[in-house]
Amino acid sequence: MSRPSLQTVGEAAFARCDRVSAELLALTYGTFVRQLLLDYEKVADVNAQLDAVGCNIGVRLVEDFLAKSKIAACNSFAHTADVIAKVAFKMFLGVTANVTSWSADRNTFSLLFDDNPLAEFTELPEQCPDLWYSNVLCGVIRGALEMLNMKVGCTFVRCKLRGHDTNEIRVSLHELLAEQPPQADD
Amino acid sequence: MGLQYLFVINKAGSLIFDRRLSENAPQLSPNDCLHLASTFHGMQLLVQQLSPEPSDHGFGIVTLETESYVLQAYRPETGVQFFVTADLKTENLAAFLRDVYVIYADYVMKNPFYELDMPIKVDRWEAHLKRLVDKYNNRVNV
Repeated sequence: MSRPSLQTVGEAAFARCDRVSAELLALTYGTFVRQLLLDYEKVADVNAQLDAVGCNIGVRLVEDFLAKSKIAACNSFAHTADVIAKVAFKMFLGVTANVTSWSADRNTFSLLFDDNPLAEFTELPEQCPDLWYSNVLCGVIRGALEMLNMKVGCTFVRCKLRGHDTNEIRVSLHELLAEQPPQADD
Repeated sequence: MGLQYLFVINKAGSLIFDRRLSENAPQLSPNDCLHLASTFHGMQLLVQQLSPEPSDHGFGIVTLETESYVLQAYRPETGVQFFVTADLKTENLAAFLRDVYVIYADYVMKNPFYELDMPIKVDRWEAHLKRLVDKYNNRVNV
């Protein structure tokens, strides 16, 4: 195939981007999550806030992704999944994810990744075992895809911090929004 | 040969940025700019209905050539749209717009105080845009 593999595209995009120290990112994110835990009483609310913050990041970051990854438009949801795993994860987190566990209707898939730069130094305290520490990632994916007219649900199902063997984010496509909302003619 | 105007419109078709890029460009009033942007957006929708499949060059109107100027448009998948008008025979307009998109992603979208879909009033974006335009003009006029 003459077209470069997504892996290559991801690595090239990663090489082009400015980078910050992973420690700065991990520590900043850690402080941020701690503050949310102080501000909200319920861990569920913290999870929701992280998701909402991520969504706000996603709707902005998607422009950065499109501008710098030089990726062509995706022609299927499966293609989108691969692009997220191989290009977007590499570009913004420096790791790649694997796409697995497709549902029968091809609308739901899992992103598996072993290394999570956000949680590099983290151990979950006993009083909040229900925290999805890196839930911001779910929000980012949801927000970014929303800008591309895909309404998705995105949840963490496994997290190494909780003792699971890997990190897993489940992404399911709810609906493809119309390209342009029909506008009243007057 | 040279750039004339740059316009950015959001996905609803409202003008969020316009800039006269050259002393030689015709003087347009703010109203003219609004008018032009919404006309272009309407045309773009029409063309996209007529031809819904993207071609190798992009989607909808990509280049428009008239007797006195050319117009080049770039529409990323998110729906924001950039278009530039320039003197006839100005080259590399597509590459110029892609560069504009990169600085838009950096200095507009990443500015936490920029409200999405609102008019762009960001100094850093304007400074980088100016630098980009100067660089482009130098390259063209060598």
